[in-house]
Parts: sequence; structure tokens; C-alpha cells
Amino acid sequence: MNEKLNISSSPHVRDKMTTNKIMLYVLIGLLPATIFGIYNFRNEHAWILVVVTTFTAVLSEYLYERLMHKPITIGDLSAAVTGLLLALNLPPTLPVWMGALGSVFAIVVVKQLFGGLGQNFMNPALAARCFLLISFTGRMTYFVYDGITGATPLAKLKAGETINTFDMMVGTIRGTIGETSMFAIILGACFLLLMGVIDLRIPGTYIVTFVIFISIFGGQGFDPSFITAHLCGGGLMLGAWFMATDYVTSPITKTGQIVYGVCLGVLTGLFRLFGGSAEGVSYAIIISNLLVPLIEKMTLPKPFGKGGERV
Amino acid sequence: MRLLTFKGGIHPEDGKSLSKDHPIKELFPGNELVYPLSQHIGAPAVPIVKKGDSVLKGQKIAEPGGFVSSPVYASVSGTVKGIEKRFNPTGTKVDCIIIENDGLYEEVKYASVQSVDELSKEEIIKKIQEAGVVGMGGAGFPTHVKLSPKDADKIEYIIANGAECEPYLTADYRSMLENTEEIVSGMRIVLSLFKNAKAIFGVEDNKLDCVAKLKEAIKEEPRMEVMTLQTKYPQGAERQLIYALTKRALNSSMLPADAGCIVDNVETFESIHKAVMEGKPLIERVVTVSGDAVACPANYRVPLGTNHRELIEEAGGFKEWPEKIISGGPMMGFAMPVLDVPVTKTSSGILAFLKDEVKQDVPSACINCGRCVEVCPSRIIPSRLADLAERHEEAGFVSMNGLECVECGSCSYVCPAKRQLKQAIGSMRKMALANRKKK
Repeated sequence: MNEKLNISSSPHVRDKMTTNKIMLYVLIGLLPATIFGIYNFRNEHAWILVVVTTFTAVLSEYLYERLMHKPITIGDLSAAVTGLLLALNLPPTLPVWMGALGSVFAIVVVKQLFGGLGQNFMNPALAARCFLLISFTGRMTYFVYDGITGATPLAKLKAGETINTFDMMVGTIRGTIGETSMFAIILGACFLLLMGVIDLRIPGTYIVTFVIFISIFGGQGFDPSFITAHLCGGGLMLGAWFMATDYVTSPITKTGQIVYGVCLGVLTGLFRLFGGSAEGVSYAIIISNLLVPLIEKMTLPKPFGKGGERV
Repeated sequence: MRLLTFKGGIHPEDGKSLSKDHPIKELFPGNELVYPLSQHIGAPAVPIVKKGDSVLKGQKIAEPGGFVSSPVYASVSGTVKGIEKRFNPTGTKVDCIIIENDGLYEEVKYASVQSVDELSKEEIIKKIQEAGVVGMGGAGFPTHVKLSPKDADKIEYIIANGAECEPYLTADYRSMLENTEEIVSGMRIVLSLFKNAKAIFGVEDNKLDCVAKLKEAIKEEPRMEVMTLQTKYPQGAERQLIYALTKRALNSSMLPADAGCIVDNVETFESIHKAVMEGKPLIERVVTVSGDAVACPANYRVPLGTNHRELIEEAGGFKEWPEKIISGGPMMGFAMPVLDVPVTKTSSGILAFLKDEVKQDVPSACINCGRCVEVCPSRIIPSRLADLAERHEEAGFVSMNGLECVECGSCSYVCPAKRQLKQAIGSMRKMALANRKKK
């Protein structure tokens, strides 16, 4: 008998979770917001932008890796997640080529040039959104709903106009493709919580800090409709649940995640209340991304036997 | 009641049902028995027999090579065939005494005692040392060294480790059920050495029948207690176990005695009983034979030196030739490159699997998900330490507390990118410790 045996270092059993599965779960988690966005902006044919942006992200990863003679990693689905997230952060009327350009920037400049999956220090989708926002400010801030152009509810709120908070929760308002419906986003987030892909630490502290911040500095006190409008308006929900929780660009330490959430809440509040634009989530997240190494260094856990053992 | 536990850890599929209901069976070895001179931590033993000598069962064949060392005894009667290099379960060739079994099992006369009270503390420790008793949970640390701390009066807890948190293994489970009296007697002997100590039996809550059995056996023992632990890996790791039971936490530069504890595996207590009360050396142990490639998984009492191949044959052989054979448990055991290796003092099990579960896993980039941080019982950051290890950055590795790793493998288990975290950290750790010794 041929007595061949495999040898390898222990452990000899592994958990069934894989990077691939995590990315797939994130895609599934984004589905409610995607489907709602495509339906909500059906007159603007948002589906075309979603498909092209996502596809371009995957294609640029493939081509880059092909040209650089690196292993092709599009199978891990991380490029698809980046592409879809970017699409959900774009106004439905944006020219398709701009979306595609954003994807190329996200994948090639932000992700691959820094070493590929796991090495980027900024969320690629958000960095690309900011890139587009600076390059094509007009098109990136041009919002249409049901054929009518106008300001987003958040911008109206900033200008002191009245807004309908119920519409904002459902999502039948102006905004980017995926950010408008709080219900759809929360539904997807619940799936990710259930599957253990994300936990409440980052989104929880982010939202709580933000609410406290605007209650103090918003000039309206603790006004439920003002707070609801701020939570449902703009990219806060999508950002808190799907982009602030990006593993690669958030702290790995548990305490660090809390600190990170607080940073996000304060920066978002600061940008929204005192900044020139009504929006602030994207910048808050990418600036906090830059703070991650520092936060991690400050929050290095104490090991077992040196104070870190307490259950 | 909240179960006793530690922070972190994992819940791998336990696989114990394959062998747990099979009572321990005696196994008679074949023609040739192989005794490695190093079955323990410390200096290898020194042979005192030569080729052609005839030996009896229970006769000493190698003397300890120092204080931190342990003697080796023949587990059968027969003739010494020689002293040569053979494979041990970890796949290294080591010096072994080879004995040809004459099948007669002629045994030496052992000096038994009626009661521990007949012996002084020194005599008890001497008997344990003389019998070659070492930690049978896997590490193989000589027991007499553990029982000789600097200040015996400072020892407050004697802990019997019955956690058996490794999947598939059921040897300790069967021992606790079937040899309860001997284990408790071993504990009584150890307690007699430490006047300020109380005894704790720590058992995971997937073995409640053992908890009940032990509780019944210690009813009349005022200094003994059975505590139920949460079933979680690595509950049986020394530092985690001490913490779960006593809330005292040790770091890598401390010994259990620094926290007033002595920990030994339950089967070690059984061996202590035999060594002291019966005067019988350590020449056999309980081994679990299991895994999906084994026809009839079971537990055997095996004479040390028996070829692992005979264990497999006794258990009905392989259904098919397995892809992987593991000595010990699947979390910390060694993948065996060859089957013909002897059972040693620390062999708790042999597991054979038709499919090598980790064969297909290709490590990919870390996505910083933090699962390794979540499960790490040492509360360090495995992913970052593995990065440092791969870049050979020893200083950074040490300052990020890399030396605190207990090499339980929980990080590698959960890693969705299938990185070999434990392997990277483990080898860097060994290197850093060796460099530290040099200085």
C-alpha cells in the first residue's frame, strides 16, 4: 500500500468562514438598498449606472492584476463590493462614464497601488466618491427625484426649510442611489449582524455620538424630527453600516473601534453643521480611516496575565 | 449558574461521539516495542540496558538524565534488540530502546503501600520521580519537578485538568468515568504534600457524567471540589484553566506556582496513585483511536512503546488509507508523516481522517476582520504578530506581546483568509525565546 500522508502545522481543522463568503454576505446585505435604489430611480435608469460601475470595478481589478502578472483575485468578490458601494454613493443621473472612472480610481489607485486587498488605508469606494465630487462637483451634486430636480432633504434642512421625515425613512426622496432608504439599509445591516459579519461597536458608537453632537450643537436641542432627518438624510446610514464597518480601513482592536466610532460621529456632525456642504459622511469616514493606525497604537489591548484577562 | 471560563476561545465541532461511549479496552502489543529516551520536557533519559539483555515488564531501562528528566521502563518482558534512531510521533528521528516482546509479560515485584501516611513527603516525591511520571496531557513536564516548588506552603490550589477541550479525544473522559477512585487517590497523595492547598477538579460541561462521578467520589473529602467549566477551546490550556477556576491570571513569564497553583492532567493523577500506592512505574496510558478513517473508533489502555499501527489494527483498521493522521487532538496535535511510531507518555490519541480538511486552504491577504483578536485567549493581535513574524521583526514582535502566545491555534482556526497565523507566530516565538536565552 502506498502510505502517503499529508503533513501541515496544526490546527488541522478550520472554521468554514472564508473571505469570499464574507464579501458575498456584504453583497447580499447591500441588495435591499440596491433594489430599492434601482426602483426608486427607475425614471433615471439608475440600474445602468449600478451595473456599469460594479462591472468596471471588477474588470479593472482583473486587468490590473493581469498586466502586473499578479494572481487574479476577482473571485474574492471584494472588487464587486467596492464597485457596488461606489454606485450606491452616486447620484442616479451621473453620466455612466464618470461612474466607471470612479471605479477605476477606487480599484487601481486606492486599492491596487497600495498592495491590493487588505493593504489600502482608505475605503476605496469613498475615496473614489470624493475624487468624483471634487472633479465633477456639478454632476455629483445634481439630484433628481421623479423627474424633478432640486435640493436633497438634508440640504433643505440646512437651509431651514421643512421636510417630510417619513419620506426620508422610506427613501422616496432625492439623494444618491443607495443612501435614501433607511429601512432598506437597516434590513441589510440586520442580515450582516445576524451572520456575524459586522457588530454594533462601530455603527452604534458612530450614530450615538452623532446624535449627541447634533443635539448639543444643532441649535434645536433634542428634537426628534430634526434628529431623524439627520439620521435618515444623506449617507449616514449607508456609511455607518456598510462603509465605516469596512474591516480593512477600521481598527482591529475592540476599544479602537469605539474610539473610531466617536471620531466618525464628531467629524460628521462638525462637517454637517459647520461645513459648507450639507453632507459630511464620506469625508468623516476617509479622514477617520487615516487615524486608524494611531487609534490602534493607542488602544493596543493588554494581554492575558497583564490585565487583559477579565471576562 | 454562569459557567467558569476565560475570555476568547472557539467552539470547533467536537467529534467526541465517535469514541466516547467505548469503555477502555486493554491492548496487547506485538513483537517489537520502541521506547524513545525523550518522552518528556528536559534532558533525555540515559539507557541502562544493552543489546541482548533480557528485561521484565516494569523494569527500568533508562535513568533520568538530570533533575528535570524522567526514567523509562519496559512495558513488556523480553529482550533488548538494540538502541537506535526511530521516528517519534512528531516526525523526528530520536534515540530509542527497542525491545522484543516475549509475550510472557513477566512482571517485576512492585513495593506497594497501604496508606500514604506510611511515607514522608520526600519519599512520596521520590516515588513519583522514580516511576517516571510526567504530565500526560501533552507537554510531558516531569511531575516531581512540579511537585517541588520553592515554597510548598504557598501552594493553595491543586488543579486536576479534566477539561479535555481538544475535539475527538475521549481518553480523559473515559479515565474520569472508569478510574475515578485512582484519580481521587492520586489527588489525595498530592494534597498530603501541600498543607495549605485545596483540590479542584476542572471538567467541561460536555462531560457532566464525569462531574457527577467525581462529586460522588469526593463526598467525604473536605479539601476537594469539582468545578464545571464552559465547553470551549482552549479551556484546558494551563493559564486559561487556572484563570477560569481561580480568577488568577498568569502571563508568559510566570509559572503556575507563582499564582499558588499546580496543574496536572487527570490521567497524571492516576499515574501518581499507581506510582505511590502500588509502586508501579508509568508503563501504560489511555489512548483514543478515532477519526472518520478508523473502522471502529475506541479507547485503549496501551503499553508504552506500542506501535501506532497496532492501535489502528485493533480498532478494525482503516476504512481507506487516510489523507492525514494526527497524533493528539486536531487543534494542537502533530500530523504524522509515518504511521510506525510508538505510543509515548504524552500520546493522548491517534486520529485518522479520510480527507485532510485544511489541504485546500490557500492563505490569502489579511482583511483585518479581527476574528483572530476576538478569539485569542492571550488577548494579543495574532494577525499583526504574524505579519511581524513573516518579516522577521523580532523587536516589534516582542513589544506587541508576541511571547504571550500559548500556540492554541484558535486564530488559525477562525481566520477567513486561511492564514497560518499560529505557525508564523509559533516559530517566531521560539526564535525570540532562544535569542533571549543566549543573551
